[in-house]
Amino acid sequence: MREREDEWTGLMRLAISGDNAAYHRLLKAVTPVLRAAARRGLARAGQPVDQSEDIVQDILLAVHLKRHTWDANAPFAPWLFAIARNKLIDALRRRGRRIFVNIDDFAETIPGEPAAETAPASEVAAQLRSLPARQREVLQSIAVDSASIKDTAAKFAMSEGAVRVALHRGLTSLTAKLREQS
Amino acid sequence: METDQLIRTLAADNTEPARPVGFVLALALVAAAPVSVLMFVATLGVRPDVMTAMHNPFFDLKFAVTLALAISAVVLSLHLSRPEALLRGWALLLLVPAGILAAGIGGEMMMPQRLPMMTRLVGNNSRACMTAIPLISLPLLAGALYGLRHGAPTRPAVAGAVAGMLSAGLAATLYASHCTDDSPLFVMTWYSIATALVAAIGALVGSKVLRF
Repeated sequence: MREREDEWTGLMRLAISGDNAAYHRLLKAVTPVLRAAARRGLARAGQPVDQSEDIVQDILLAVHLKRHTWDANAPFAPWLFAIARNKLIDALRRRGRRIFVNIDDFAETIPGEPAAETAPASEVAAQLRSLPARQREVLQSIAVDSASIKDTAAKFAMSEGAVRVALHRGLTSLTAKLREQS
Repeated sequence: METDQLIRTLAADNTEPARPVGFVLALALVAAAPVSVLMFVATLGVRPDVMTAMHNPFFDLKFAVTLALAISAVVLSLHLSRPEALLRGWALLLLVPAGILAAGIGGEMMMPQRLPMMTRLVGNNSRACMTAIPLISLPLLAGALYGLRHGAPTRPAVAGAVAGMLSAGLAATLYASHCTDDSPLFVMTWYSIATALVAAIGALVGSKVLRF
């Protein structure tokens, strides 16, 4: 557990300094932990646990857009779990239940829990459709078609800088729309 | 969108991280300050006898209290803009302005006074104080909330209340240069009521706009 969290902190430091591969690895590594915690929270609130994926994506977006509030001298896990807990409470409240989220839900989660069937997330995809065309196209190209920034720029005859801006704006307004719906 | 796709997209967006919250908060306050100063100058202005008043330690004490409130609220609000922040301990920062004020009250008690205590406490400007401080603080409150939106406070109402204290502290600093009531008893009563009002507005608005 300790080792795992030290590894996360190291990866996040690399990510902040511009290492995209480290950032990708970090997000991949924390996702099963977040998913297990979301399922546990849903179960405790008497909700269907297969709805966890929307919560996971919500947490990942918040982690991404608020990562500048992480202090690189502090361990990463407490920061991550604070964001996750906040998002989980929001999600459960939106589903209209009184909820008890324990911080230990995150800290004690074992990543290797049985990956019982999880319904695909739908909220991010739904909000994606309401984005301005350019942002939506860029997001879809990178997310769904796995194109690089460079390829996306060539495909839409944009500069790479413009693709980066559209991508970032798209993610920001996607997050804002998810928040408004709650 | 599948989570793996989202993760890939986020990794692609890992360009330079955003500015620190403190930087954005400072910019927002600098942008809001001229509006508040203008409101103050246009309606109240600095009291005419300010040069003599400056020799009165109780006049100067007002600024020590209001600035201490503003500074400790800035520090506390930046702390609260981190999601994992715990409140305990840090809230004691707000005892700094209270302590300065208490020392001032003690000091005044020990000096011979022309006016009885209740007269000093009630003063002549209580209504102006309770109106002007909240009004002057509104632009600053808007700036503070805008700046703190850049953070990730998991207690948005508390962070909003602290933003209210921050802006009330700054607004009270302006107002203190106008007001002729210098007794720390007056400050303790009316400045506190005005600050509590702005903190309540901050908590109310903050609970909506500071969620992330």
